[in-house]
Amino acid sequence: MHHDRRETHPYIPNSVPEVRAAMLHAVDAASVEDFYADIPDSLRLRRPLNIPAPIKAESDLVRHVEDLLARNTSTREALSFLGAGCYQHHVPAVCDEINGRTEFLTAYAGEPYEDHGRFQALFEYESLMGELLRRDVVNVPVYDGFQAGGTAIRMAARITGRRRALMAASVSRDKRSKIVDYVRPDVDVMLVPFDRATGTLDMTALSSALGPDVACVFIENPTYLGTIEVGGPEIVRLAHAAGALAVVSVDPSTLGVLAPPASWGADIDCGDIQPLGIHQHFGGGHAGFIASDDDPAVLMEYPSRLFGIAPTVVPGEYGFGDIAYERTSFALREEGKEWVGTAAALWGITAAVYLALMGPQGMRELGQTMMARTRYAMTRLATIPGVRIPFAATPHAKEFVLDVAATGRSVSSVAAALRERGIFLGADLSRERPELSQAALVAVTEVITQDDIDRFVAELAEVLA
Amino acid sequence: MSSTERTATSAGLPVGPKPRPRRFHQASWDEPVIFELSVPGARGVLPPLAEPDVTALVGDPAAALPAGIGRAEPPALPELSQLHVVRHFDRLSQETLGVDLNIDVGQGTCTMKYSPKVNDQLVRTPRVADTHPLQDPSTVQGTLEIMWRLEQMLAEISGMDRVSLQPASGSSAIWTNVAMIRAWHEARGDGERRDQVITTIFSHPSNAAAAKVAGYTIVTLYPDADGYPDLDALRAAVSDRTAALLITNPEDTGIFNPRIEEFVRVVHEAGGLCSYDQANANGILGITRAREAGFDLCHFNLHKTFSTPHGCGGPGAGAVGVSADLAPFLPRPTVERGEHGLYLDDDRPLSIGKVRPWHGVTPNIVRAYAWIMNLGVDGLRQVAETAVLNNNYLLRKVLAIRGASAPYAAGRRRIEQVRYSWEQLTQDTGIHSEDIGYRAADFGTHYWTSHHPYVVPEPMTLEPTESYSQQDLDEYVGILAEIAREAYEDPETVLTAPHRSTVHRTDPESLDDPAQWAVTWRAYRRKHLDKP
Repeated sequence: MHHDRRETHPYIPNSVPEVRAAMLHAVDAASVEDFYADIPDSLRLRRPLNIPAPIKAESDLVRHVEDLLARNTSTREALSFLGAGCYQHHVPAVCDEINGRTEFLTAYAGEPYEDHGRFQALFEYESLMGELLRRDVVNVPVYDGFQAGGTAIRMAARITGRRRALMAASVSRDKRSKIVDYVRPDVDVMLVPFDRATGTLDMTALSSALGPDVACVFIENPTYLGTIEVGGPEIVRLAHAAGALAVVSVDPSTLGVLAPPASWGADIDCGDIQPLGIHQHFGGGHAGFIASDDDPAVLMEYPSRLFGIAPTVVPGEYGFGDIAYERTSFALREEGKEWVGTAAALWGITAAVYLALMGPQGMRELGQTMMARTRYAMTRLATIPGVRIPFAATPHAKEFVLDVAATGRSVSSVAAALRERGIFLGADLSRERPELSQAALVAVTEVITQDDIDRFVAELAEVLA
Repeated sequence: MSSTERTATSAGLPVGPKPRPRRFHQASWDEPVIFELSVPGARGVLPPLAEPDVTALVGDPAAALPAGIGRAEPPALPELSQLHVVRHFDRLSQETLGVDLNIDVGQGTCTMKYSPKVNDQLVRTPRVADTHPLQDPSTVQGTLEIMWRLEQMLAEISGMDRVSLQPASGSSAIWTNVAMIRAWHEARGDGERRDQVITTIFSHPSNAAAAKVAGYTIVTLYPDADGYPDLDALRAAVSDRTAALLITNPEDTGIFNPRIEEFVRVVHEAGGLCSYDQANANGILGITRAREAGFDLCHFNLHKTFSTPHGCGGPGAGAVGVSADLAPFLPRPTVERGEHGLYLDDDRPLSIGKVRPWHGVTPNIVRAYAWIMNLGVDGLRQVAETAVLNNNYLLRKVLAIRGASAPYAAGRRRIEQVRYSWEQLTQDTGIHSEDIGYRAADFGTHYWTSHHPYVVPEPMTLEPTESYSQQDLDEYVGILAEIAREAYEDPETVLTAPHRSTVHRTDPESLDDPAQWAVTWRAYRRKHLDKP
């Protein structure tokens, strides 16, 4: 029997007219209108929605979407130095394989019995991040590093009972925007300038800003400007001397070569795991982490799920469950800590796969390669007349500032010329950071080879000539 | 004697019929934690090394880091060869049930529908996966076009004037709307006085929790005897302190509040705004909209109503819709159409700023776009009507099970879900709703009670969406009926469940004990293995 294709849809089994009729009959309904009897007529939409005609055949749908996407150029086609918080790292094939598994992709909020594997995978994510960060407590991911930063500051304020946070002024405009708006009923954020010579925090300014009302000092390592915060241990010492906590947002991809903030005595870590095996996705691949030592006074301030290991009735069998669930908004609504909900669990599982693949040696090599190629790029670019690398004397991890002001050109015009040559220059900082003049933020991850850098240097020299 | 047990007459053809419920057993690999699989020296994937010319010019900058800044010892991650990483996580995936494997009607409020595979395939292309959010707009016109069109379609579906796709999830969208409400009152000089937000107990907890984070005190309305949010309580609650009403409709009971226009009017007359949590929109697509009910703001969960996969708890995606008055407060940037194509407008002085990095969860935006484009107006209508038909069919069948009931609105129809109660069964047998959930795992299904607090005693929330067939629904009801029968006749089987799951019943005591709890393998080793 052939049904009208307007009536049956592959995603809707009970759209088969005979089935629909039988089910209506089974519940004594004349039509589906019976079910909507409670909706007043004044609220009924008595016309069809005005949306485009459907593209029903799967082959036509693929053609339609691919035709639209053909207007994009990917960073596999161009040579991209864009970073600024979203990075083009290599994504091992196994990461995409595992996060494409139908079980992980389509599960949701199951209990430890039918979704044991989800609980174990996320416990392992927490545990692998715990080794990278040298922390006993890591949360199930929140939305992104911005959210993790805002929550880490709120946690510090709740723990200390204080309401001022000092934040490095080098933090990006977008991240500051999110955090300041997120914490403002309870925390006033004050910016501490960075040293214009080194691109790291201005210690004198920090010392004078600290006081008995400061809940925490919030810094990044590496900073948004790409510099390694070599004063980190001293910042922690100054914060603690004032009774404040030290909150450090750290890029996990650098932790094979950078000491984790825990080793300098920092109190709460946060950041984004997008660099750990997750594609850029036009900025849609972010997930945030928060980590700390296993101090109950700190743990009880996490809003997130914390999956823990527990015994079952069978010896040697690992069970899993929620640790201290009664702190969450799921348990207590507005009396819980902030809120918890659907966030970014699949990216947590992906990062777990990434860290398991990389292992200690892989993370170390990743960091070594990025640092070497980044320094190579800085050194080579500085030889181009008029190009300046402002914080060159400070160690950098995977990103740096490049200033073309002395060439008389704007960053945007240089970027446009390079784009013609198939190169995406780093993020244009001229609007966000006018004090840095005509600056771009150039990212050099491990996918950028020496040949890529040499080509970039040659093309930039030509563009500026 | 359970029908699932082997009988003496099983030999020979024909084989069958299959017993119901099915003789499921979950995968149970008894898999170690990954650290226990470590073999020193094994490698899973090799990153590139710096080229000789690079090293010749700059040396090893990592080794040159100051003491205390460079990492002395590599992180103590496990060491595994590639196959062993794959095998380990494949095993864990097998120990997880997703929509594709089970009849996932047991996670009510979450709209566990089928996520089309073709959409997953489309977002794996480098032109989605490997694009950077700061690329020049001329190089991402395809994605911007999809965002623009999806915004237009969601504006039409909600009736609102403008949509933003930036929020990360449903709760993130709730936060976005609360932040806009706060900014709107502040812009009118009324921010300090309006310090209360009103919500209902059958709206998602994040409505109350996000508003609290934004600095509001929360007033929660409870249902009246018919299950509707109490209109008299609302009238008593509103004042010049009211910033907004955050409300779901239908609520998690599946009951549509027919007086919603009156609710909105009462709040508007008090000078407050009304925000519509449309997490429960699946049954009313094309039937009724936020606009007609007078709402100022609303939000959708793209991972619920618009089919994007739930990913073990995200990434989801949220969309907020607002009236023209609220549009200046939307997160920045917005997607705009200009002379030279689409562009991102970051210059919006009244904007609340960023609610997350960049522009939204792009892969889910593309999936939702493709899903709507495949269905069209008739398809969306069929989604809604079938979700509601499935729900009322399930309702009829569940009410025939001994010990089950559907509090409120007796004899009336529901929209897309129902919050049931096993109160009678608990009184009769001592078995609680959670126990039924543990036993449900033995039949290869998921089951959920409700958010806390349990306003409905011994709750169970079922939402059958449009994705499940009549046979699926009959099978799920058959499982519930079997567990209810066991509760009355063989309670020990239920109380000691699960029996055929990956693991057996967990002792939860350590999870709330600071001396014992372990969020990481490090903590577990320290507390439980390395102890003297």
